[in-house]
Amino acid sequence: MELLVDFLIGFLKALIVLFLVILPGASGAVYFERRIAAWIQMRIGPNRVGPYGLLQPIADVIKLIFKEDIIPAAADKRFHFLAPLISITITVAVFAVIPFGHYVVINGEPVYLGVAPNVHVGILYVLAMTSMGVYGLTLAGWASNNKYSLLGGLRSSAQMISYELAMGLSIVALLMVTGTPNLMEIVEQQAGLRWNVLYQPLGFLIFLVASFAETNRTPFDLPEAEPELVGGYHTEYTGMKFGMFFLAEYGNVIAASAMMTTLFFGGWQVPFLPELLGLQEGSVALALLQIASFTIKVAIFVFFFIWVRWTVPRFRYDQLMRLGWKVLFPLSLANVLITGLVMLIN
Amino acid sequence: MNVNQPSERQKMTFWEKLYLPEIARGLGITFKMLIGPKMTIQYPEEKYHPGGYYRGRPVLVLDEDGERCVACGLCSRVCPPLAIEVRAGETEREKERYPVKFEINMLRCIFCGLCEEVCPEEAIVMSKDLEMVFENRESAILGKEKLLVPVAQLQDRLEYLRMHQYYEPPARVQDA
Repeated sequence: MELLVDFLIGFLKALIVLFLVILPGASGAVYFERRIAAWIQMRIGPNRVGPYGLLQPIADVIKLIFKEDIIPAAADKRFHFLAPLISITITVAVFAVIPFGHYVVINGEPVYLGVAPNVHVGILYVLAMTSMGVYGLTLAGWASNNKYSLLGGLRSSAQMISYELAMGLSIVALLMVTGTPNLMEIVEQQAGLRWNVLYQPLGFLIFLVASFAETNRTPFDLPEAEPELVGGYHTEYTGMKFGMFFLAEYGNVIAASAMMTTLFFGGWQVPFLPELLGLQEGSVALALLQIASFTIKVAIFVFFFIWVRWTVPRFRYDQLMRLGWKVLFPLSLANVLITGLVMLIN
Repeated sequence: MNVNQPSERQKMTFWEKLYLPEIARGLGITFKMLIGPKMTIQYPEEKYHPGGYYRGRPVLVLDEDGERCVACGLCSRVCPPLAIEVRAGETEREKERYPVKFEINMLRCIFCGLCEEVCPEEAIVMSKDLEMVFENRESAILGKEKLLVPVAQLQDRLEYLRMHQYYEPPARVQDA
């Protein structure tokens, strides 16, 4: 019975996260991507559908749903169908362990804000999921039976392997500081502006660059480099299948932003304000404040992702590999070493 | 061996090689653009009002005492896509000739402005009119009644043409 209740609560939380966080978040990110791109290029951007063009993502989705679903004759139909599903599933799965706030006391029991924020292997789970994400892209490239798609898929897998290492090592240094891979505990440790970014600035920088590569965003969007590869791994995708890749990309951006917020910028912690207002730990008001704080931090990172996309041109493939293996990898190793030495001295 | 040696100008300083400061500088530039003024004109609500430089729909100039055109046919002759058709007639006025028929096929016109350039009477000029919508092919062939525009409306273009004459008479050799 208790198990069933736990399951139902988890399922409800998952639904809330899916429909109130990921879908609106991704469509909002798409809207702001286009708006900010336009602003940076001295244009105005979509402003015709609804007030300020806010309904543009809905119009886009309706268009995608009504488009013809084309599967190339020589494609491997099973994997062609499966690839976008893998992409989107893994993107959504990452959100399971992200803590959106601390907890609310309901019936004398704390209900944690997040689908499963207290998973003990939180960071490992996120790393596992993000590295699984490459399967979607690689399979899409392979199953399309198109050389451009295949090249895009290959590039994405090579890129992921190269940057996963640096990312993992930057997290290793972070784990040495925090001493726990549990995301909720990591956030709890960062109370009162003792943000991890102050202890791990280099680690944060490496994580930031690596997450740009992991999410396939410019300057590392080689898997879909339009001038060289037509559309990259999603060349042969139309309609809502393409939409799923699109959604997965923006979902990944939000997930990466949420990870950076959680690991380095205090997650849902609100500095000073709760003490000033005298809010009780576990009260609804504090929970809302924490969610707002988390949302603002994530939004700033999403804005940064978009801002960088319209500033920095795409890397060449050898430059990408050189940066990954010869710069970020040694840097992250050195970061682990320095962190260890400092901890030993203290 | 000496193919890809970077030139002195291409060599980067240490800070440029670090890449991140330069990215930060680029981010600063794009942020300035982000909050800066926008170039877009919200078309149907806001109209674009070009200056005299604009080559819009070619029109015939209508003076106080009638049209300027003398039906010499040079515009028709020079027109690359053969969009202009002129038929001349005689008139009692001082200029002796006038166009009985003057048609421009706007489906053919490429807005090159050669007709205006070649006209000896400054009788055909490019107007500012940029909203040209036709519902069928017949209505896209503009006759005299649609082409004649009072000179007062064309002042900008006429002034512009005088200031930027395509043909400048050779400068006289000054006596020493």
